[in-house]
Amino acid sequence: MTLSGNWFLALAAVLFSIGAVGLLIRRNVLVMFMCVELMLNAVNLTFVTFSKMLDDINGQSLVFFVLVVAAAEVVVGLGIIVSIFRRRPNATADDLNMLKG
Amino acid sequence: MASLFPLLSALHPVLAVPTIDRLVFAVCAVIVLSGALGVVLSSNPVYAALSLVLTLFGVAVLFVEEDAQFLAAVQVVVYAGAIVVLFLFVIMLLGVDRQESMRSERLPAQRPLALLLGLAALGELLALSRLTHWSTAPRGASGAPATGGGGNTAALARSIFTTYLLPFELTSLLLIIAVLAAVVLARRPGQHPIEPPSLVETEDPNMPMIGSDPDEEIEGVRNVDAESVAFGGGRGPQ
Repeated sequence: MTLSGNWFLALAAVLFSIGAVGLLIRRNVLVMFMCVELMLNAVNLTFVTFSKMLDDINGQSLVFFVLVVAAAEVVVGLGIIVSIFRRRPNATADDLNMLKG
Repeated sequence: MASLFPLLSALHPVLAVPTIDRLVFAVCAVIVLSGALGVVLSSNPVYAALSLVLTLFGVAVLFVEEDAQFLAAVQVVVYAGAIVVLFLFVIMLLGVDRQESMRSERLPAQRPLALLLGLAALGELLALSRLTHWSTAPRGASGAPATGGGGNTAALARSIFTTYLLPFELTSLLLIIAVLAAVVLARRPGQHPIEPPSLVETEDPNMPMIGSDPDEEIEGVRNVDAESVAFGGGRGPQ
């Protein structure tokens, strides 16, 4: 008998909440991106846990696609961050006020 | 003894698990949560990235614990090997590896509200995972078992290359689009592409030239090239 899936679900919930709070309270754009990665990892852990609980491989294939989309998202997001903050001294989200009227 | 019996029966599912499983889960949970707290609380982005590596490794070990060996390997290779390195590259490239002041806040109510919201979300998730019964279907109802016939990697490959073949091909398109977008976004604005110099600098007398004196024309082109190399350095006209 292995460990019950509820433990993994609880851990994933805590990890997701930490990532969400970090996304809300941090102002450095790179750290906010890392918090998004934390939330994605929590969701991946949930998928794998359900895949184990239901004995179903489809949850793990979904995690595979989440990994690919996360990689593409990080590449494009970091490109945007580099192109925005090339001429700015520091990278905080409060400095992005170019759309202010 | 009779009073201990309900407690023992309540602890029975946990106690029936082998000790090594409980130990691995406890250690990995501590690693994952401390890494996540390090990402959120450290004021230096480099430390945050290294804490992210800690969390990703902990999640990979939890994947192994849940019989998802292929995903654990992919997690280590893609996340810890590629994505975090990309983060560190950008941190070093932008030169933002200095301390962010955690004191000043433009919206004074934002931090308590964020904590409240996070706690509410955590309570909801825990209540959902406690109160409701997620595994409504019988085990293996989809007919694609997680460990059937050749292990986890073979089962995952069967699922991806048969059931999800079209989405798998679409991910390749997505990756190509992402690479192109990164190249376009990383270019400086107004930067001209590098001109091939071989057509201009050939000393072939049969080559048609517009000016009366071919040598002078070539010299002028060379001067322009040298100037753009000397002053440009990748920085185009604004």
